[in-house]
Order: sequence, then structure tokens, then C-alpha cells
Amino acid sequence: MSTIDNVSPARGRARLSGSCASGAALLFLLAAFALLGPVLIPADPAAQDFSASLAPIGGDYALGADHYGRSLLARLAHGARLSFGLAFLTMLAAAVPGVLLGLAAAWRGGWTERLLELLATVVLALPGLMLVLLLLAFSPGNYGPLFLGLSLTLWVEFYRVTRAATKTVLAQPHIEAARMLGFGSGYILRNCVLPVIAPTIATLAAFAMATAIIAVSTLSAISVGLQPPTPELGSMIVELLPYYAEAPVHVLLPAMLIFLLVLGLQLVAEGDRA
Amino acid sequence: MRNFLVARLMQAGIVAMVVGALCFLLMRVLPGDAAMRIAAGRYGPDARIAEAADKVRLELGLDRPVLLQFLEWLGGLLRLDLGHSLVTGAPVVDELQVQLGASVWLAASALLISLLIGPVIGVFSGMKPGGITDRTGLAGAVVFRAIPPFVLGLILMFILSKQLGWLPPAGFGSPREIVLPALTLALGLAAMSSRVTRNSVAAVARTPYFAFARHKGLPEAIVVRRHGIRNAAIPVVSYLGLQAVYLVEGVVVVESLFAYPGIGHALVHAIVERDIPMVQGTALVMGLMFVAIAALVDAISLWLDPRFGRAA
Repeated sequence: MSTIDNVSPARGRARLSGSCASGAALLFLLAAFALLGPVLIPADPAAQDFSASLAPIGGDYALGADHYGRSLLARLAHGARLSFGLAFLTMLAAAVPGVLLGLAAAWRGGWTERLLELLATVVLALPGLMLVLLLLAFSPGNYGPLFLGLSLTLWVEFYRVTRAATKTVLAQPHIEAARMLGFGSGYILRNCVLPVIAPTIATLAAFAMATAIIAVSTLSAISVGLQPPTPELGSMIVELLPYYAEAPVHVLLPAMLIFLLVLGLQLVAEGDRA
Repeated sequence: MRNFLVARLMQAGIVAMVVGALCFLLMRVLPGDAAMRIAAGRYGPDARIAEAADKVRLELGLDRPVLLQFLEWLGGLLRLDLGHSLVTGAPVVDELQVQLGASVWLAASALLISLLIGPVIGVFSGMKPGGITDRTGLAGAVVFRAIPPFVLGLILMFILSKQLGWLPPAGFGSPREIVLPALTLALGLAAMSSRVTRNSVAAVARTPYFAFARHKGLPEAIVVRRHGIRNAAIPVVSYLGLQAVYLVEGVVVVESLFAYPGIGHALVHAIVERDIPMVQGTALVMGLMFVAIAALVDAISLWLDPRFGRAA
């Protein structure tokens, strides 16, 4: 997955923190919707009501209903929670081993590093989505292979960046001083290395989540990801598409939600990088 | 020169191993007896299916140790023997040839269109950082990168073919049908490459040799063309290597969306139908396509900046 786009232009610091703040505000709102929505909205996202098929916005249903008469508000909230949650879990499952293995490779060197490098090369040899698709072939429509495939492709980026950054830090004199003073490796890694690489990791994490959200919705949209009854944003778009002529806004709502999620994450990531 | 070729060949080998191993595993893990499945695929499920399955098992050697079978499977890969599709029964290689052609056309036209959009915007923004082109370009890049490719494709489909009626929404055959899918991919690619170009042009425009070319009285056009473009092109071309990922992934998505009969479309269908030989074949070809693009990028970088070759 292309999380590595180093496209951030050199801009003024004031504007960067501005983009970061707006991204964070956007993400906060969306996270609140995703977390509170499913709890506060009483409607079942799977409950059908054919008399309300394609109900307009603002009637009995706050954001209308889809072609089966399912509440769009409830479906959007559950879809947002699913996208957010899956992306967050994927990011964690990629970041934790990625960072730990990166630290291990930089600290131990030798065979540990060589083996891990080989592993990273193997994963990077294939485009990320291909690996996810191959794993999805095991059981299409399930969370397991989707989650596994995404974290398997995303950890490499964390690993490589952590390893490279840690190596630079470890070569500096103050680390040598800390070692000679007798501090343990755990202490040095925690107190001298992690604080330095943390901002970069945060940026990568935001990009990884954006990638995961796009990948999950895309795979559902091309019908190899999560299957229809699940309120997933990508499959919602595709399901509602045939009814575009009658209810154009209904199609645009899930698309907007994905767009805002990814936009928020990217703004935060760009801001972090300054 | 030789260094990067060896590295890319190794990468191609790894791609074949990973795809082969995963598909082999897939064959084992899927529920049911593999011989029975193949027999049913070949002769149809009739009363004598058990005998047919036994024959298949003997013929394909499915009763032998797993490791031996895996080695043989790899041997088949090397001989380009990818087996037969479980659904159509045709040799996988034959089907791939047709689809690969279609996909290569799509990828090439997408790359070409993106190169006409992205770097051009990038050069104009980079010559005047902070100007109106730069800011519009930045906003455009952020927006286009936040739209998933399939949503972008749908939007284009609606504007260009439904509202304006300029282009057919889907299909295959005439050059008109390739425009929409290629444009979808190209806009995503251009959103990224325009910013890379902008940064690299801005960096070149700050260098002393660029200022010197101006001071010695060269016309602006010549300064940009002779001293600017080639130097600024180096990071842009190496970035194309990263874009290969986007391109290959995008091909899968966009082909499925526009019903364009290429490799990516075939891969998605093979996964839905669990046609493992086809999954293997299509994944392998797409992986190799990725390697080939990367190798091409290596070669162009080397031509642009011969220092890479000497350093290696």
C-alpha cells in the first residue's frame, strides 16, 4: 500500500499546525460519530422496512433510508465504527510488531537484522493489495484474512522506518555515554530512542489507518471484502448506486464519510511531519 | 547496471515463490478433497466421481508427500505451466495472454495521462512556491488523495458519461472505452507526482547553478528546459517506482469497476469463484508487472543520472 508518499511540501509552520488542528478536529467529530452513534441511535442497521424504501432525508429517517428501507443514519454510524475500528486495530497490529522488530534489528544487528530484512524484502516484493487479495482467497468476506493481510503489508513500513531512525540515534555519542554509565538496553531504548522516533511513527500510523480505510472500503466495493449485510461504507456506495437517479444524496453520504475520514487522517499526518 | 537487474530478478523470484506458496497452501486448506474438486471440475459431478477422483489423484500425484508436490508445482511455474482454469477448463496461460494485453494498455495509458497532468502542474507550482498554482495544486492533491480510486471512478463515470455523455461508462474494444478507467488511475497518480515534482523543481530553482544560468542571460525557457527539467526529473522518476504499487493495485480496482477485461478483473473473479490456478496465474502476472515497472524505473533513473551506476 502506498503509505510512503513523501509529498509534504516545505511550508510555513503556522499553516502546518493549522492543517493538523483542522485534521484533528475533523477526526474527533468523526470518532465521536463512530463511537457514540451506534450506542445512541436506537435503529438497527439491518432492520428492513420496505414501505420506507429510499425514504428522503429529513422525514421519519433523519438521513433517509436505503433501498431496503434500512436507516441510513444507523448504517453510516455502524459503517464508520467498522472502518475506524478495523483501521485502528490494523494499525496497532502493524505498528507494534513493526516498531519492536525495528528496534530489535537496529539494536541487535547481525543475524536478527539480516533475517528481518529478508522478511521485509519478501513482503515488499508484492504490491500490498495483491497480498491482501491472495489471503482473501482463503475465505472471502471474512474479517480475519482482511485484517491479517492488511497488517502483514503495513508492518513493513513501521519496521523499516524504526530501524533506520534507531540506527542513526544509536550511533550518537550520548547513547554511548548512557551505555558506559551502565544503563540497560531497555532503559536506553525507552528513554533515548522512542521519544525521538515517536513523531515519525505517529505520522506513519495516521497514513497506515488512511490506507486501511481505503483498502477495506475498496475491497468491499469490488465484492471480495466484507459481504453486503454488513454496514460497510464501500459496499453501501455500491449497493445504493443503482438508485442514484432517485436518491443521489444517499449514494454520496457514505462516499463523503470515507473521504472525510481519510482527509482527516492525512491532514493530521501532514501536520505531524513538520 | 547489472546490480539493479540482479536485484529485480531476485524480486521476481520472490514474487513467484510467495504467490506459488500461498496458492499451494490455498489448494491444501480449502475444505474438501482436492482430487475430488478437480475431477468434478473436469468431468462434472456424476455417479462415477469417486473413480474419477482416484484417477486424478494418481495422475497429478496428489497422494505423494506435500514437499515433493510443492517442488513440482514450482517446477511447473518455471516451465510457465500454470495449469488449467477450474471454471473454464482452458489453459491459464492462454487466458492470461489476452488479459495481460488489455491491462498493459490500460496501465500505459494511465501512466501517460498522469505524466501529462502531474509533472506539468508540478513544474508550474514549483517555479513559484506559494503562488496561486501552488496552492490550488496542493488542495487538489490533498483532495484527490483522500478519494478512494473506486469512488473517483464512479464520480468520473457520472460526470463524463452520464451527465455529459462524452464517453461510454464501461466496456472494452474501442480506444474510447479505455479513457475513463485510465483517467481514474491517472488522476490518482498525478495527485501524488505533482507534489513530488513541485518539491523537486522548487529545490532545483534554489540551486546556485540554476541562478547562474539565469545570470549569464539565458532565456527563461532554456533555463528551465536545460538546467531545470532534467535535474528535477530524477526524484520524480524514482518516485514512479513507488507509484508502480498504486498502479498495479489501481488496475485491480478500476478494471473491476469499469468491467474492463484485464488481469485485475480476472483476479477478482478468480477469487470470488475460488479458481485457484487462475488466482495463481493472475497474481503472478500482476506481481511480475510490478517488478517490470520497477526495473524500467531503475533504467530510466540510471539514464537520467549516470552517477547512480558509478556509485553502485
